[in-house]
Parts: sequence; structure tokens; C-alpha cells
Amino acid sequence: MVMTEIERNNSVNNTDNDNAELELAQNFRVISPGRMVAKRFFKSKLSIAGLIMIIFVFLFSFVGPLIVDATWGYKETQVFKIERNTDMVTIAQFTGPDGKTYDYYDKSQTVIIFKAPPSKDHWLGTDTSGFDIFTRLMYGGRISLVISFIVIFLETFIGIILGGLAGYFGKWVDQLIMRIVDIFSCLPSLPILLVLSATINSIESIPAEHRIYYLMAFLTLMGWTGVARIVRGQILMLREQEYMMAATTTGISPIHKIFRHLVPNTMPQLIVSATLGLGGIILYESTLSYLGLGVPFPRAAWGSMIALADPSRGQEILAYYPNMWVPAGVLIVVTVLGFSFIGDGLRDAFDPRMKR
Amino acid sequence: MWKYLLKRIGLAIIILLGASALIYLLSMLMPADYIDNQTSAALQSGAMTMEDVMRLKELYGLADKSFGGIVKSYISWLKSTISGDLGFSFLYGKPVTKVLSEYIWISFMIAFISYILQIAIGIPMGIKASVSQYSAYDYTVSVFAMMGTALPSFFLSALLMNVFAIKLGIFPLQGLTTATTVFAPDEHLKILLDKAWHLVLPITVLTLLNVGGTMKFTRTNMLEVLNSDYIRTARAKGLSEKAVTYKHAFRNTMIPLVTSLSGMLPGLFGGAMITETVFAIPGIGYMALRATRQGDIPFIMGYNMFLAILTVAGMLISDIMYMVVDPRVKLS
Repeated sequence: MVMTEIERNNSVNNTDNDNAELELAQNFRVISPGRMVAKRFFKSKLSIAGLIMIIFVFLFSFVGPLIVDATWGYKETQVFKIERNTDMVTIAQFTGPDGKTYDYYDKSQTVIIFKAPPSKDHWLGTDTSGFDIFTRLMYGGRISLVISFIVIFLETFIGIILGGLAGYFGKWVDQLIMRIVDIFSCLPSLPILLVLSATINSIESIPAEHRIYYLMAFLTLMGWTGVARIVRGQILMLREQEYMMAATTTGISPIHKIFRHLVPNTMPQLIVSATLGLGGIILYESTLSYLGLGVPFPRAAWGSMIALADPSRGQEILAYYPNMWVPAGVLIVVTVLGFSFIGDGLRDAFDPRMKR
Repeated sequence: MWKYLLKRIGLAIIILLGASALIYLLSMLMPADYIDNQTSAALQSGAMTMEDVMRLKELYGLADKSFGGIVKSYISWLKSTISGDLGFSFLYGKPVTKVLSEYIWISFMIAFISYILQIAIGIPMGIKASVSQYSAYDYTVSVFAMMGTALPSFFLSALLMNVFAIKLGIFPLQGLTTATTVFAPDEHLKILLDKAWHLVLPITVLTLLNVGGTMKFTRTNMLEVLNSDYIRTARAKGLSEKAVTYKHAFRNTMIPLVTSLSGMLPGLFGGAMITETVFAIPGIGYMALRATRQGDIPFIMGYNMFLAILTVAGMLISDIMYMVVDPRVKLS
């Protein structure tokens, strides 16, 4: 793919052949491929919107906790006991001596210390355990972002190695690796992730704080096949090109040929698929947290914050405390959407044929 | 073509064998199996001895957790699976195949209706967006489509429940039937309507989540076709824009559309785990999640195997449809 574009600065009207080349260098500007991609990327409004969204989420989850800790000196698991009075109404039915059914209402005042409404000190209030929701959102974002980046990195790493080997060597190596890819991609991701997480949760010798590493390993295990397919497809195409013939004639080893000459050329596709994949991992992670199989309590995760609203545990929070679960959901949507905007923008920027 | 098909089917069988071995191994690693869960109380009180538990496990082929033991029980499991016997679910007290065939239909109903809606809404929207590329309509529809794919199903469900079930009270919150009303067994229409009423929100959730994908897919493929030379020819002939779009362009967009949409068909039987669980609808996804939490190994293996078969079937169908729809394709 030729990536150099020559931009015309001002019109040239010189017919002198000797000076033509010099003239050309002065009046035309050569833009590097990287800058061209950046230029095309920033031309799209959606990719800028995506970039702003992701920068916001990053600042919120990585700088936010530092500010909170420095100013007020608490972390995600600080319990706040804020007393307030609420009415408690008990309803009971009884049958009177006249045979009619009566409703019996008893209204009393109780003091509750958790589930404080939004206030100046706690912008989004506190949750059922008395944790500050706003702070937990920040820490939850940290977990989601860290997991998604590590997993995508591992997936890409495994995918490059296996896809590279399959694409370059072909024949039985390709057959073997691609059949493994087929097998992994026909496994149902969510059910298998649930089985694996349930396994980890039930092994008592694994400390709760280590579960997250296993979680990342499982997510990687279920996701690397996409990268391997992309790399293999690209390499199958690239290895027939002339520059590879040139590389072969210099007599370098196949490993060098694959990882120095072939894989770097698949980078644009890989960057796009990785960016688009980040959102998917965040969704999986939050689904597992929602089911209580992800990041263990008391650490915060967006998914487990939404789980408070699960109607099977009572409708109270779903109905009356949207401050506990709506912000977490909005943040998930913003993050995933931001990554897909950036991914789409990058794809269009890398592949100018898509732009018309 | 028959040779190609046979090759594909052979490949599918190899893939399924590999997948079954993996699924079996992973499920076997699950230590919290149902027997342990169920017998722990009895063990503690002394009502059962360790030997009783082991005998129970022996019965279900779960006793030997060494490598050799797993291989042996895998082979016997595979044999009975091929003969159509997926074992006996501990949790539901029925053969796994019976549980599957019992709860599959409600899941299929939900998925199928949302599939139809997805096609009926997504394709026209995608066509319109591609015809007026970069217009306000295109941007709005694209952003909404992406939002659908970015929404976690449990969050969308909670939002819809909050608004439509609690605040407005038009739809029921959870379940498949109204628990407080008792229907006479012959009031089929009323029962059906009651069920449909309960399914409105879950179907909405699934449709909203998936319609974006169909819309985007249509849009991308339409744009590709609209840029080809024969479309320019059609315009040059002076055909109306409508004829160009729907008669010339859309017909070629149909090829990838039919291929991918038909490939989705088997997956409709798989159930939507999270959505069904949030709405407490007794579909196959809900049952499977419960079984996973309780460590009901035979059911988990049966269900995962079933899903793997559906995926492979989907791939085969879309391969075949590709040949059927596009006469230019000759595969060897």
C-alpha cells in the first residue's frame, strides 16, 4: 500500500527542466504516512468525540481517585454512616370479627445509616454498604480499563505469534493452528467464562484479590482467535509480495521475516481490531461483575454496581435509588462507545479506500 | 459442490470433537459440583459419610479427577452424547435433553420475534443511511446503532424496567405469567396474551441491542455496492434514484445480508442468558445460568455442547446460503 501523498502548496508554472526537481521539492510537501493517518483521523467528528470520551473516562478513573485521596483522604472502601430518618410503612391484613378483611397500616420512623441521597459531600450519595458511589465509580473505571488493556495486549501478542506462524508456514502448521482457532471460536464465550469464573470463585486456596488475574487469563483465552485470523489473513496476502522475495534473497531467518517484515505491515488492522475489541472486553468484564463472578467485593466494579438494581434482590434500589446504578451504566456506555468511535475513525484513517 | 459440502461437514465434526473435549475438560475442573454442594450439609451433620458421596460421584462419573480418569469418563460421555443421551441434570432432576427441549421454545420465541424486528427495522434504516451518507440522518442512526452495541443488556433491562414497569406500570417487571391471577386451563388466548405481555420488555431489550449490528452491516455493504460501476451506469441510463437503490443496489447487498442473517438462525435457539435472568423468564439461558451457579455439570456440558453445535450449524448454513444466493460463487 502506497501511503505517501503529495500535497500541492501553490501552483507551479516553471518549464525550466534543470530547476524542475528543486522546484518540486520547494513547492510540494511530503507528508509522512503517520501524519496522514492522524490528519484523516482528526477530520472525522465522531473520532474526536470518541477521543474526548475516552480521555474523560481515563482522567476520571486514574486522576480522580488521586484527587479524592489527597483532598478528603478516603478510598473506595471507606464506609460512611450518614444517619437520616425515613418513614417505614408496614401493611398487614387481618379479618375482623365481622368477617370483613381490613388493611392495617403502621407508620413508624426508622433511622438508616446507609443509602444516603446525593449531597454536597457525596455527590452521588452512598450505596447499600455506605461506600461513596462517586469514588467507587472512579475505582471501577480503573479496574475495567486496566483489565481491558492488559487483555487486549495479551490477545494481540498470542494472536500475532500463532497467526504469524500459521500464515507464514502454511501447510500443516496452518491447518493445525487454524483448526485450534476454529475450535476456540465455536466455544460459547459467556457460558464458558461463567464456568471458569465459578471454578475460580470456589477454589478457596486462591485469594480473592488474585481472582482478577485469572479473569484476565480467561478473557484472553476466549478472545485471541480474532487477532490470529486477522494476522494470518494479512500475512497470506503479504508474503507473496516482491519485498518478501527481496527479504528472502538476503537470507534472513524465517522468524526475522515474520516478525520484522510481515507483522509490522499488519499493524494498521491490528490497531483497529484492538481498539474495537477493548469495548467488548469491558462488556464481558462488567457482565461477569454483574453476576458476582468478576472483581470480588468490596472492590468496586461498574458491573457489580449495576447489580444492586437487580430486581431479584428486591425492587427498592431499582425503583428509588437510580443514583446507585445509572451512573455506572452510563460510564460503561460512554467508554465502549468511545472505543468504537475511535476504532471506526482509525479504520477509515488507515484505509482511505473506505472514505469517499 | 457436494464434495465441498462433505469437506465442510467433515471439518465441522472435527471442530465439534475438539470443542467437546475442551468443554468437558473445563467443566470437569469445576470443583463445586452439585453433589458436593448438596451433600455438604448432610456430611456435616453425619447423615452421610464420605463413602456415600463417593459412591454417588462414581455413579455420575465425577469421581476420578486425575487425567486418566477424565479421559476415561470423557470417552464414555462422548459415546452417550453421540447416541443422543446428554446425561441427567442433578439440579432439574430430568435428563438434560428433556430440559433443553422443554425450555428452548420460550427462548426461541423471544429471539425469533426480536430477529424479525431486527431485520424489519435495521435493513431499511441501513439503506436510508447509506443513500444519504454523511447526512444528519446517517450520523444519528449510526450513533444509535453503536449505542445499542455498547449497552450492557442488564443495564438496558434495568432502565426499561425502571421506566416502563415501575414508573409507568404498563408492563410487568419479571416472570412469564402473572402470579396473582389464576387462569382457567381452557383460557388459552388469555394465557397467551398474558405471556406476550410479559415478553414485551425482554424482546425490546434484545431488539435494541441487536438492531444496530444489522443496520451497520446493511449500511457498509450498501455503500460498497453503491460505489460500483454498474450503479453509475444505472444512474447514467436515467433511472430514478429509487430504482437504482432498491432494484440495482439492494439486490447485491442481499448477498452478504442473507448469508449473515441465515447464519444467525441456529443461534436463536441458544437463549439470552443475561436478559432472561434479569427478567426471570424460564428460558434455556436462565436455566443454564442457574445450573452454572450450582455446578450442575451434566447440564452445563450439555448446554455448552448444544451451543457449540448451534454455532457450527450457523457457519455451515451461511456457507451454503452463500452459494445459493450468489450464482457467481463456485466453490471447490
